[in-house]
Amino acid sequence: MENVGALAIILAFCFSVYAILASVVGKWKANPFLLLSAERAVYCNFLLLTAASGILVYALIAGDFRLAYVAQHSNRSMPTAYKFASWWGGQAGSLLLWAWLLSLYSAIITFQNRRKFRDMMPWTVAILMFVQGFFNLLIAFIASPFDILVQGRGIIDVGDGQGLNPLLQYWTMVIHPPILYLGYVGFTVPFAFAMASLISKQKGEEWIHTTRRWSVVTWFFQSTGILLGAGWAYAVLGWGGYWGWDPVENASLLPWLTSTAFLHSVIMQEKKGMMKIWNMVLVASTFFLCIFGTTLTRTGLVSSVHAFAQSPIGVYFFTFLGLGIAGTIYLILDRLEYLKTETKLESVVSRESTFLFNNLILVASCFSILWGTLFPVISEAVTGEKISVDAPFFNKVNVPIGLSLLFLTGVGPLIAWRRSSVESLKRAFFWPTVGALVLTLVLIFAGIRHFYALMSFALCLFVTWTILGEFYKGSVAIRAKTGQNLLAAAVELTHRNTRRYGGYLVHIGIVIMFIGFTGKAFDKDTTVEVGVGEKFRLGGYEMQVRELVDGDNENYSWRHAKVDVFQNGKLVRTMEPERRGYKASRQPTSEVDIWRRLNEDVYVNFAGSGVGSNKAVIQAYIFPLVSWIWVGFWVLLIGTVVCLIPSKVKLQYARTQVVGVASKQYVEVPK
Amino acid sequence: MKPYLKFGILVVAIVGTLGWLAAGGISETKTYYKEIKEVNAMGKDALDRRIRVGGDVQKDSIVRSGKEVRFILTQNELRLPVVYVGNDPLPDTFRDGSQALADGRLGSDGVFQANRIQAKCASKYEGKPGYKVPPPVQNAPVQNKAAL
Repeated sequence: MENVGALAIILAFCFSVYAILASVVGKWKANPFLLLSAERAVYCNFLLLTAASGILVYALIAGDFRLAYVAQHSNRSMPTAYKFASWWGGQAGSLLLWAWLLSLYSAIITFQNRRKFRDMMPWTVAILMFVQGFFNLLIAFIASPFDILVQGRGIIDVGDGQGLNPLLQYWTMVIHPPILYLGYVGFTVPFAFAMASLISKQKGEEWIHTTRRWSVVTWFFQSTGILLGAGWAYAVLGWGGYWGWDPVENASLLPWLTSTAFLHSVIMQEKKGMMKIWNMVLVASTFFLCIFGTTLTRTGLVSSVHAFAQSPIGVYFFTFLGLGIAGTIYLILDRLEYLKTETKLESVVSRESTFLFNNLILVASCFSILWGTLFPVISEAVTGEKISVDAPFFNKVNVPIGLSLLFLTGVGPLIAWRRSSVESLKRAFFWPTVGALVLTLVLIFAGIRHFYALMSFALCLFVTWTILGEFYKGSVAIRAKTGQNLLAAAVELTHRNTRRYGGYLVHIGIVIMFIGFTGKAFDKDTTVEVGVGEKFRLGGYEMQVRELVDGDNENYSWRHAKVDVFQNGKLVRTMEPERRGYKASRQPTSEVDIWRRLNEDVYVNFAGSGVGSNKAVIQAYIFPLVSWIWVGFWVLLIGTVVCLIPSKVKLQYARTQVVGVASKQYVEVPK
Repeated sequence: MKPYLKFGILVVAIVGTLGWLAAGGISETKTYYKEIKEVNAMGKDALDRRIRVGGDVQKDSIVRSGKEVRFILTQNELRLPVVYVGNDPLPDTFRDGSQALADGRLGSDGVFQANRIQAKCASKYEGKPGYKVPPPVQNAPVQNKAAL
C-alpha cells in the first residue's frame, strides 16, 4: 500500500510539472490540445493526491505501524477521529494535506473557468501547478509520509505507535489545522489569477472580479482557523490566554492582516480604479506570507513552543520564497503601465482616504508583528546577539493600531466618496460621538480608570451606533416604499446589497470581539496549594476543593478535582478540572474546567499535586467578557456568509467599466 | 497637491507614532538569549538584563513549594539553579529531563529568577521513530524511503 501511495505522489509531481510545461507551451504555440491536456493533468494530480491521502488515512486508522509516520502519530487506543486527525498531526502529513487541498482548489478553479479567460487561464494553471509542484516535490522526495521503519534489511512493525500529541487531542484541534490550511492554501488562487493577469497583460480587473468571492471565502477560513486556534489555546493550554504572540500564532495572523487590507482596497480598485499596484502587492504579500507561515511552523527558524522539529526542508522553502518574490517583483515592475491609477485623491476627509488609512494601519500592524517575530533572527544578524521581544511589545504597538482600526470602522462607511463637507460630518457623527463621550463618563464614574479600556468601550459604542444607524436609515426608506415592518425591511435592505451590509455585519462582529478583548484589562487570578476541604477566595467567589478522584482508561490515567464555587455563601457551581497522564506518549496534560458566561468566565486549572500528597495546586482565574470574542466571531461568520450571497439588485458602478480581454473567443482548433 | 501633502503629513505622523511605540516596546521587553556558560561569564552585566536561558531540567531537581518551583538547568556539565516565581502554570511538558527555556533575571545570589518557563518535550511533535523496538539488534532502526 505504502508503495502505491508513494508512487501516487511521485506521479502527481510529474503531472504538476507536465501541466506547467503544457500550459506554457500550449499558450505559446496556441495549441488547444496541449492546453486541454494541461487541464486534465490538473485533474489527474488531484486524483493521485486524493489516493495518496486516502492510503495514509487508511494506514493511520487501520494502524499500519510499519510506517514511520503512523508509528509516530497514531496508536491503537486513540478514538478514530483523532486517528484521522493524525493526518495533519506531523510534518509529512500536514504537507500532504497542503498539497491535497491545493490540488482540490486547482481542480475546482480549472473546471469552473474551463471555457473562460482563454488568455489568462493557461498562466493561472501554470502558476497553481508551480506551487503544487513545489509541495509535491517536498512530499515525494524530502518529507515523505510513506517512509517505513527498517532495521538493517528488515522492516519493523513496532506494534503500537506513540499517538497524537495529547495537547492536540481536543475537538477544535481536529478541525483547526485543515480550516486554517483551507485559508492559507486558498490564497494561492487569487495570487495565481493576479500574476496570470500581469503575465498576459490584462488591462482590466477581470482577476479581481473572478477572485473577489474566492478571497472572501479564504478570508472566512483564515478567520475561522485563527479563532479556533485561539479557542483551543484558551480551553486546553491551561494558562487562560487565547493569544500569546507566539511566532506560530503570528504566522497565521500576518496573511490575515494583509488579506483583510486586500478585501478593503479591492473596493477602491473596483469603484475608482485606484490602488492597482498596491492590490498586486497585497495579494502577493498575502500569498508569500502564507508560505512564510508554513515555513516558520515547519523549520524552527524562530524558537516557538509549537514549532515542529527542526528539519532540512527550510532550505527548499526559502528557495521557493526567494524565487517567487523575485519573480513577482519583476512582473509588477515590468507591467507598471498596465497598473496606472485612473483617479486622483481629492481630499483627506473622504472615503478614499479612510480606505488608504485602513490599509496603512493594517500593513503597519502586519509589519510590526513580522518585525517582532523575526527580531531574534534580525538582531543576531546585525549585532551578533540573539534578542527576542515579548508579548508587551506586540501589545504596545497593536493595541493602538486595533483601536484606530476600530475608529475607522465607524467612520469609513459614513464618509462620502471624493470629499465630505463639515456639515455632513456633523450630521453623521454628532450623536454617536455624544453617546461615546457619555459612556466614557459613566464608566469613569463606575470606577474604570484603564485608559485603553475606556477608549475601546467608547469606540465600540460609537461604531455600533454608526453601523446600526446605517441599517436604520436604509430600512426606514424601504419601509416607506413597501410598508414592511422594520425587521423585514432590514432583511430586504441587506439582500439588495449583500456585500455592503454583510460587510457591516462583519464590522459589528469585530466590535463585539473588541468588547471581549477589552475584558482582558480586568482579569483576576490566584494560585493556591490547598488540601481537601480548604477554602480560598478569588474576586467575589469563594472556592473549596471537595474531593480528588483517581481513575484510568486505556488512553490515559487521570486525577480529577471537584471544586465547589460559592458566591455570597451559596453554592453556585462545581468545577471539575482534571490532570491526565497519557500512556503512549507518557505526557501529562491539564484539562481545565471553564464556567462560561457572558459577563465573566470562571476558569479553574488543576495544576498538579505532590507525589502521595493530598494537596492540590489550583489555579483559578476570572476572565470578564471573554465569551464576547466567540459571540462576535459568530456574527463575523454570519456577516461573511451574507457577503457571499448574491445581491438582489445588481449595482452599476459609477465609473466606466474597463472591459478586459476576457470575452475573447476560445482558440480555434486547427483543421 | 494640497490633499497629498496633508495625507503625507498624516501618514508620517501615524508611522512615526507607531515607530516610537515599537522602539519603546522593544527596549522594554527585549530578552537576551544566553547559554548557561555565557550567563556565568557575564558577571555583573547579567544582573540588569532580561535573559532567556535554555538547558535540560536536571533529573529529580524539581522542588515545588506552594507557588514557588525550584529546579536546576544543566547543559554540558554546567548547572544553573532556577527559581520560578511567575503566575502562569508551568507547562505540562515541563518535567525531569525536558528541555526548558527560562525567562527572567539573574539574582545577586546566583539563583536565576524566572518569571516564565517554556518547556519543549523532545517528543512534542516529532517523536523519535521506533522507540518501542524489539531488543536492539546490530543497527539502530533508521527511516528509509518506501522501496519502489
